[in-house]
Amino acid sequence: MTVTIKTFDRLADAANALSSERGAHFFGGGTLIMRAINEADPSVQTIIRSTDPALQHISVSSGRVELGAGVTMAAILAERELAFLHPVARAVGGPAVREAATVGGNLFANSPYGDFAAALLALDATAQFAGGFGQRELPLEEFLGRRDRGTSLVSSVAFRRPPTDVFRFHKVTRVHPKGISVLSISAQLPVASGRIAGARIAYNAMGQTPLRAKAAERALEGRPLDAAGIAPALAVAADGTAPVDDAIASAWWRREILPVYLRRLLLGAVHT
Amino acid sequence: MKTPIQFHLNGEAVATFVESGANLLDTLRETVGDLSVKGGCWQGTCGTCTVLIDGVPRLSCVTLAEACAGKSVETTAGLRRGADLHPLQQAFMDRFAAQCGYCTPGMLMAAKALLDRNPNPTRAEVIDALCGNICRCTGYEPIIQAVMDVAGSDNRRRA
Repeated sequence: MTVTIKTFDRLADAANALSSERGAHFFGGGTLIMRAINEADPSVQTIIRSTDPALQHISVSSGRVELGAGVTMAAILAERELAFLHPVARAVGGPAVREAATVGGNLFANSPYGDFAAALLALDATAQFAGGFGQRELPLEEFLGRRDRGTSLVSSVAFRRPPTDVFRFHKVTRVHPKGISVLSISAQLPVASGRIAGARIAYNAMGQTPLRAKAAERALEGRPLDAAGIAPALAVAADGTAPVDDAIASAWWRREILPVYLRRLLLGAVHT
Repeated sequence: MKTPIQFHLNGEAVATFVESGANLLDTLRETVGDLSVKGGCWQGTCGTCTVLIDGVPRLSCVTLAEACAGKSVETTAGLRRGADLHPLQQAFMDRFAAQCGYCTPGMLMAAKALLDRNPNPTRAEVIDALCGNICRCTGYEPIIQAVMDVAGSDNRRRA
């Protein structure tokens, strides 16, 4: 199958092309789109690329982190200021995949992929868009809910840098050190006076897209991070999830093990 | 529609035409004629097709060929110098690190990428470097040992 490839110097021009052409897909690192092309997916008719350096931009300043959509997992691993995200980036494939896989691409990865997007969801990130109507911004949760319906080009993501030791991540996989997610859990767990204040937890592979664990978040509020304190959260850990059966695990298994690994994450028994 | 591209393959200039949307793996094998790179899954999953692009490991099956214009591509065909095997190739032989051999080109390039960047890796770093490459014969241990043999040895001067 032959596809048409269009390369633009400016992100805005790429965004205009993406929104005006049917069957057009934006090319990030290629780990998703090239698979589709190799499989002769008829929905991929045109590839839009951009060499705009803004896509590779990493900014860590005054508590705010901004990552261009074209930033790779390898680039994140090379950035010391982003050490809290290293366990997440390292969980995305082997070294060759990390050199290609991008922040923006991960936002569009279907379950069970998308561990990095789930981490961004836990970090309360927003997605910025380039396009004909100027820059726009959406909370990631809202974006993930409508990502398949739009033709907007994500230019970057941004979030507040979490305080030290507040962010935790764990990926459950059958193959170590690299494997596809049975599930992964990302969490921001701020503690004030020994009690959780404003927890934000996100799962990957527990639904079609990464999703928030809102019931568990509510159950944790004001509770200490000990066995008794987290018990109500574990009881509602799977509320609102909709995992699927796939080659990696059944939906039933995912629901069964979710509270086990959430418990370990909350108690600090696992951290990567 | 075909697009002209030029790049360097194992130090030699290559000029060719690629079909729009072609991946680098098929371009190397079918257009350029470098059969040292193998295709396993064409999904970016198995690591068999690993090559180095500008010194970093990439999966050629999910790499857009025309995005390689102007870049330097290395495959296992470029490892040996005349009659001399690359130290990694020799170590793979010495350690019986290949059985069916299908994953070996990708393993070698993934290992070379590691040793070029980090000549004295730990065992954990070797395992991480190879974790994207699937082998269904060896159980991985001989491969890890072969890379560890080369790491830090005098042979590294040629690597």
